[in-house]
Amino acid sequence: MPNEAASTLTTARSSSKRPAGTLYRGNTGMWSWVLHRITGVSIYFFLLVHVLDTAMIRVSPQAYDAVMSTYKNPIMGLGETALVIAIMFHAFNGIRIILIDFWSKGAKYQRLMFWIVIALWVIGTAGFAPIHLHNVFTEPQ
Amino acid sequence: MSTIIEAPRTPRERSSKGRVNWEKWGWLYMRLSGVLLLILIFGHLFVNLVLGEGIKEIDFAFVAGKYATPFWQWWDVVMLWLAMIHGSNGMRTIVNDYASHRTVRRVLLIGIAAAAIILIVLGTLVVFTFDPCNTFIPADQALTFCPVN
Repeated sequence: MPNEAASTLTTARSSSKRPAGTLYRGNTGMWSWVLHRITGVSIYFFLLVHVLDTAMIRVSPQAYDAVMSTYKNPIMGLGETALVIAIMFHAFNGIRIILIDFWSKGAKYQRLMFWIVIALWVIGTAGFAPIHLHNVFTEPQ
Repeated sequence: MSTIIEAPRTPRERSSKGRVNWEKWGWLYMRLSGVLLLILIFGHLFVNLVLGEGIKEIDFAFVAGKYATPFWQWWDVVMLWLAMIHGSNGMRTIVNDYASHRTVRRVLLIGIAAAAIILIVLGTLVVFTFDPCNTFIPADQALTFCPVN
């Protein structure tokens, strides 16, 4: 019985040298999971640093302004852009995961929802990146 | 050693009935906190990075201005608690997936829990004990609106 169930999940063998595909492996389901993990871990480590840098507000104005000046450096500006892009994917794909779990048609539309996530991600990036990069790369006031 | 792999839909065997199913509550927490964090973090990013001149405007005065109102204090503290627990639980899942050595796994999990507790306590104290006139500043550098002591 378990074998039978497993075999129904296997798609037809292809002639390529890649391992036989499944419904999951190599498809949107797998890549959304990979991206969710990578973005999640990145955001986590930034969060640890961000709580500590904000804690400088309690030390002195000089300490806080000094740590904030490092965030205004162009290389850090690129990092912040990447961070916000990661947050947007994690947020939109998180909503997709919730819909898969709780919406009766979620599993049926998971692939369509993946592409909606990608579309929102591209739109969000196009909206945010130019504004932030402009702020980072123009001269301070 | 042979491992028994059960059919995907086999119900979980409950060894002791009536005990709290922490994994289920953790699973639910990730979804509930996720929705709230989406609102809180996008709001945070919009106010701090998009409005006005974005990151250029962020300095002591900007944050002091925000923390002068309970609204932003609570916004940041709720965001801190939800995000630290959400992130730590996610890291716990990843450690459980990849760290197969018992001791390594235990050390990593304790590290994640310790980081979460320390940063939640630190962050909460920072927000609620913050007073722009009572940081560890030399008196001659105190802000102009602060009363002279």
